[in-house]
Amino acid sequence: MARFRTWVGIALAGALSVSLAACSSTGGKRAEDARKAAAAQGRAAVNTPRWTFAMITHSGDGDTFWDIVQSGAKQAAVKDNINFLYSHDDEAQQQAQLVDAAVDKKVDGIIVTLAKPDALKAAVARAEKAGIPVITVNSGSGESKAFGALTHIGQDETVAGEAVGDELNKRGRKKALCVLHEQGNVGHEQRCDGVAKTFRGTLRKLYVNGTNMPDVQSAVEAKLQADRSIDSVVTLGAPYADTAVKARTDAGSKAEIDTFDLNAKVAASLEDGTLGFAVDQQPYLQGYQAVDLLWLYKYNGDVLGGGRPVLTGPQIVTKDQASALAEYTDRGTR
Amino acid sequence: MSTATDEKLLDERILQTSPLRKLLTRPELGSVVGALAVFVFFAVAADGFLRASSLSTVLYASSTIGIMAVPVALLMIGGEFDLSVGVLVTSSALVSSMFSYQMTANTWVGVGVSLLVTLAVGAFNGFMLTRTKLPSFIITLGTFLMLTGMNLGFTKLIDGTVSTKTIADMEGFPSAHAVFASTLTLGGVDVKVTILWWLGLVALASWILLRTRTGNWIFAVGGNEDAARAVGVPVARTKIGLYMGVAFGAWISGQHLLFSFDAVQSGEGVGNELIYIIAAVIGGCLITGGYGSAVGSAVGALLFGMTSKGIVFAEWNPDWFKFFLGAMLLLATLLNAWVRKRAEATK
Repeated sequence: MARFRTWVGIALAGALSVSLAACSSTGGKRAEDARKAAAAQGRAAVNTPRWTFAMITHSGDGDTFWDIVQSGAKQAAVKDNINFLYSHDDEAQQQAQLVDAAVDKKVDGIIVTLAKPDALKAAVARAEKAGIPVITVNSGSGESKAFGALTHIGQDETVAGEAVGDELNKRGRKKALCVLHEQGNVGHEQRCDGVAKTFRGTLRKLYVNGTNMPDVQSAVEAKLQADRSIDSVVTLGAPYADTAVKARTDAGSKAEIDTFDLNAKVAASLEDGTLGFAVDQQPYLQGYQAVDLLWLYKYNGDVLGGGRPVLTGPQIVTKDQASALAEYTDRGTR
Repeated sequence: MSTATDEKLLDERILQTSPLRKLLTRPELGSVVGALAVFVFFAVAADGFLRASSLSTVLYASSTIGIMAVPVALLMIGGEFDLSVGVLVTSSALVSSMFSYQMTANTWVGVGVSLLVTLAVGAFNGFMLTRTKLPSFIITLGTFLMLTGMNLGFTKLIDGTVSTKTIADMEGFPSAHAVFASTLTLGGVDVKVTILWWLGLVALASWILLRTRTGNWIFAVGGNEDAARAVGVPVARTKIGLYMGVAFGAWISGQHLLFSFDAVQSGEGVGNELIYIIAAVIGGCLITGGYGSAVGSAVGALLFGMTSKGIVFAEWNPDWFKFFLGAMLLLATLLNAWVRKRAEATK
């Protein structure tokens, strides 16, 4: 074992010295640091008391979308002098318990997603009873008001899907493929159903295993090979768009790839024409607005939307807007 | 367990078996029959399944499972289990990507560091197992959870987001891409390089199992650990080696993931460990250890690849996707078990 340890030590030392010598003159962190040099850091812009807001979402671990929501919420919290707490659980029951915990902590405001509304009804009601204002974000536009939330901020999934269907019509597409990366996700079904509603061509669905990228690629590839008449592929999350592009290349298909949601890669691919368009629901805005509106409510009694959901999307992003957005997707706020 | 030896030993104490009977007792026979059945089924049911490009897609899907199924099969023959492999693949890709990016180093440096880190995780699993004598299920479940947390935690801590930054514009990327994720054209058909890695690993593992002393040790520790120890087999060293073999497979898969998609999402990989284990089991590995083959795991992976993509080619209603997948797998495994029972009865 001692010999083994020496070996590991030598190997690590070797790797470190090699890494210092074998530097990449392109890309990497140094390039990013250079870009970031001028970026400013936020600080509190108000002198209201330091309230505590809790945000509880139905996000799974390591989800890029929710990362952006969180970064919006955090920046608003810094500006509004808010102590911001974030927690998440993709199991509805666990999420409800997290809401209960926030109520027990007597926070000054709660932001919650209603992906599985029934499971959260009691927890939200408990918050209302304790006099804690609640804002719902992202999912649950239908239930928000009935549950007694101040307002709802988010995108209607069906409406977003319809926007995609319209855009596909505009581009003269005949047969589209909707790639669902999570079987049984209600929001995903609503998106594809929304596309089917307005799209005048045929829409097929393809379920893939979202946690296994090679599987996603080979499934899309197989589908494109099996049906040569597919002329557009719609993915429901930004990371899957790039994978679909690779599948298209390997399958020798000419289908256009379009996607829901943005990330740095999607912005770059839109710009160089690899992707057709992206429909963005502006997750940054969902986090930012939720915190800011709670602050406005506490400070000034303001409520937005008059009982109706405040929509953050869908915004169709094409080649023309992509270059302007690249900077923001790089820093993870779009 | 019959090890194939070509020498004719003319000794009345040794039972002469006909080549056919020898073939029937091979662990992978059942899965081969199952794979042939599934192949014929989709060749008939799915339009375009037999096209060269479609078969290359099926092979690609199989190879990404197969690369991991080979070392997992070896580990199972050695009587152990690893639940951490699915996320270890992601960890391997993350280490590679983040080291290169943060150090602004040539991507090959990241690849090397990742190999060391991944092998260290494998050694940790093996070391913990042999030292504590706890079941491998518990040890690797612990590693699985720790790795899942570390993947997210470190990525967020270092990169600020939950997925890594692109390294496609860095030095060394094209050559690493060629090694781990390129597409070769052989006779007019596009073949993914992962298929070559897969075949190479199957050949290497088969050679180790059937032709080397280490292979005997693996069968021995999986069959009966105490008996193996009694005859001088280094049990601990063999098991640590097997876990490091699994880690090596995870490293190859991880580098493929990184260099074909160039940015890695830290939450990926959870659940894939079961797919690798399923492939090894379909391929004839016993969950109790001591029996199985590398070729069998490859056939298991092929079966998985054919089924999952055949359903897409057949254009069946996607709502039933998982049901068909499960039913096909169950059927193949049952057929596998039935053939093996028949074969063993005739011994």
